[in-house]
Amino acid sequence: MAILYVNDKPVDIGSERLNVIQAAGRAGVFIPHYCWHPALSVVASCRMCLVEVGEKKPDGTVAMQPRVVPGCQTPAKDGTVIVTTSARAQGAQQQTLESLLLNHPLDCPVCDKAGECLLQDFSYRYGKSTSRMIDEKNQPPNKDYIGEHIALFADRCIMCSRCVRFTREVSGKAELQVISRGHHSEIDIFPGEPLNNKLAGNVVDLCPVGALCSKDFLYKQRVWFLKSKNSVCPECSTGCSIHVDANKDIVYRLRPRENPRAQGHFMCDEGRFDIGYINARARLKEPLSRQKDKQVAASWESVISRLRIDLLDAARREGKGVAAVLSPYLTCEEAYLLAKFMKGLSPEARLYLGWVPVEGEDDTYPKDRKGRPLQPVKFTIRAEKCPNRRGVEEILKHFHGEVLYFDRALEAAGAGEMQALYLTGGYPPRLGEWLPAPVVEKLTKVPLLVVQDMFTSAAQSSAKYVLPASSFAEKDGCFVNHAGLAQAIHWAVRPGVLARTDGQILLDLMERRELMHAETLRKDLGAEVPFFAPLKDGVLGDLGIRLAV
Amino acid sequence: MPINENEVTWVKPPRMGLLERLYLPAIAQGLQTTLKHMFGKKVTQQFPEERPKLPPNYRGVHRLNRDEQGRVKCVACYMCSTACPARCIDIVAAPSPWPDREKYPEVFVIDELRCIYCGMCEQACPCDAIELTSLFDLTGLSREEMMFDKEKLLSVFDQTATKGEDPIRTKSGKLSIASEPNV
Repeated sequence: MAILYVNDKPVDIGSERLNVIQAAGRAGVFIPHYCWHPALSVVASCRMCLVEVGEKKPDGTVAMQPRVVPGCQTPAKDGTVIVTTSARAQGAQQQTLESLLLNHPLDCPVCDKAGECLLQDFSYRYGKSTSRMIDEKNQPPNKDYIGEHIALFADRCIMCSRCVRFTREVSGKAELQVISRGHHSEIDIFPGEPLNNKLAGNVVDLCPVGALCSKDFLYKQRVWFLKSKNSVCPECSTGCSIHVDANKDIVYRLRPRENPRAQGHFMCDEGRFDIGYINARARLKEPLSRQKDKQVAASWESVISRLRIDLLDAARREGKGVAAVLSPYLTCEEAYLLAKFMKGLSPEARLYLGWVPVEGEDDTYPKDRKGRPLQPVKFTIRAEKCPNRRGVEEILKHFHGEVLYFDRALEAAGAGEMQALYLTGGYPPRLGEWLPAPVVEKLTKVPLLVVQDMFTSAAQSSAKYVLPASSFAEKDGCFVNHAGLAQAIHWAVRPGVLARTDGQILLDLMERRELMHAETLRKDLGAEVPFFAPLKDGVLGDLGIRLAV
Repeated sequence: MPINENEVTWVKPPRMGLLERLYLPAIAQGLQTTLKHMFGKKVTQQFPEERPKLPPNYRGVHRLNRDEQGRVKCVACYMCSTACPARCIDIVAAPSPWPDREKYPEVFVIDELRCIYCGMCEQACPCDAIELTSLFDLTGLSREEMMFDKEKLLSVFDQTATKGEDPIRTKSGKLSIASEPNV
């Protein structure tokens, strides 16, 4: 039990070890700060969080400290009195902001951060509107190159050193440093050591002003045009919580979303910058069906009805010969629908887990200068490059009793045991061709091959039907990450005019006359498959729900 | 819903007197107005031959101002398209090829048919790059023709800036240099 008084309001923080900023946050009082970040060490260098702090004595008297102190560096304990509204505290905030703005170029109209810039927000809320600076501003020139993805506008920097601490404490290689001292301080890299580690993109999110910008996003959009949706990064089984920022059906950037149950505060560059494929021109846009030796575009109505009849025929001829490959890029809801559909065709239908891409080994951070991983691990990029292997596996276990892997499917196809195969893909092109030539060879022996994928691949040459798949940014559903955490994804952009989402295609195939609604399907899934029982309310919240491990 | 009978008030036209029924005073009154305008100051403008003199704050076709080196003054900050209530300004920004600024508009298109000529873009512009001119007789044969791109908006500047009717009204902004020095 530790009771604090924030602006005369008592708040109980229990036995938690909090600083004054966090403790005031519990009382609903926001203390502005730049250099402090919950995942980084405390330096108390920006002086933005100056507040008045005192102590309530057992006899009821309050002894205030004679000066303002930085909230990030002051531990909150029983009886601490925090005052943020006094003239002295507010004066300190104003003076700090005036000092931070002395050399700031105020080029907000051309700055990418404008709109989500803490310097703008705090100046508006806590600062004064005029500067008394009469000397010329000290504006160091922009650095030409500090990294593949990062641009540094040195004149906008307020020297909070968040980026420097991030590269030292989380990514570990310590590429960034503060050069020169005092008035002339600048952020820079060590000569010949650019900021190119796999977590480098996070410094853009960490930067409270527009000094570090992403070259990928630079000048693409003003941030106030973007609409943000909560989602999950599909690039590895860590399942980082993210925001998908999109405007007019184009995904412009991904940002990490703080989630202590998933990855923490950050995300890696592999996931962050791999968004080009979502709006790529080469995406499959409409269903194709084979007529004689050519694949021609067809309407959904004809494709769905003919495909359904073909599958039913195949199942009637030989139930064991009908199979589906469930890609680990499918959401749990889609995998559930596909499994249910196949088992509905024939209880003997076989279900396989799709290709699980694995690249090297788990990549842990921080790393030292030579690239050796250090303890304690603060961030992991997993070798398994798909978001939902666990979820799909659990569905396969429930519907098929065991998990059959992709190579078993190829064996069966190669041996000519398959009458019909529903093959789902949806792998981002970064992973390369997921169906090498020998595999395609085996697939040609399947008389009725249905391929559902985002891009044209070799397998389609022998496919009877090709259905366009949707990317993670176009669908609703949930992914189960490596640790069994189920997190919801939400659509941020619409699929092409002639495309349908994966879930909708399956619903149409099952002749369930309804629109894809992930929450309803999740309720069904939770009620039917015991592993997903915690999802039976359908609601996952922002942080997700941990399923039984 | 039918109107309730007791809510209706019937009004009868007032009875006219003898003088009114003669109509002569009314005719005289009408003729007086006609004669006054026949011999008074002429106000009709013979439009295509005769151009109207518009007030200096008239809001007509937009132009994109040039700086003193003839480059487009706009820095692609999107303030105009943010302020625009008709959502008719479409900008694509790019890193600028010039060293004195960071950003410039690669594409700048105004849909003149969609625009409501409210002048908010002009007010929002932090570097006085977009201005409304007194050109009002805007015609085109297709919708595409009325999508004014950067080159066309700059050519409006070239046509109007020196003519005298639309001098560069605004002062130099802090983000860019004035079109004319010391203005």
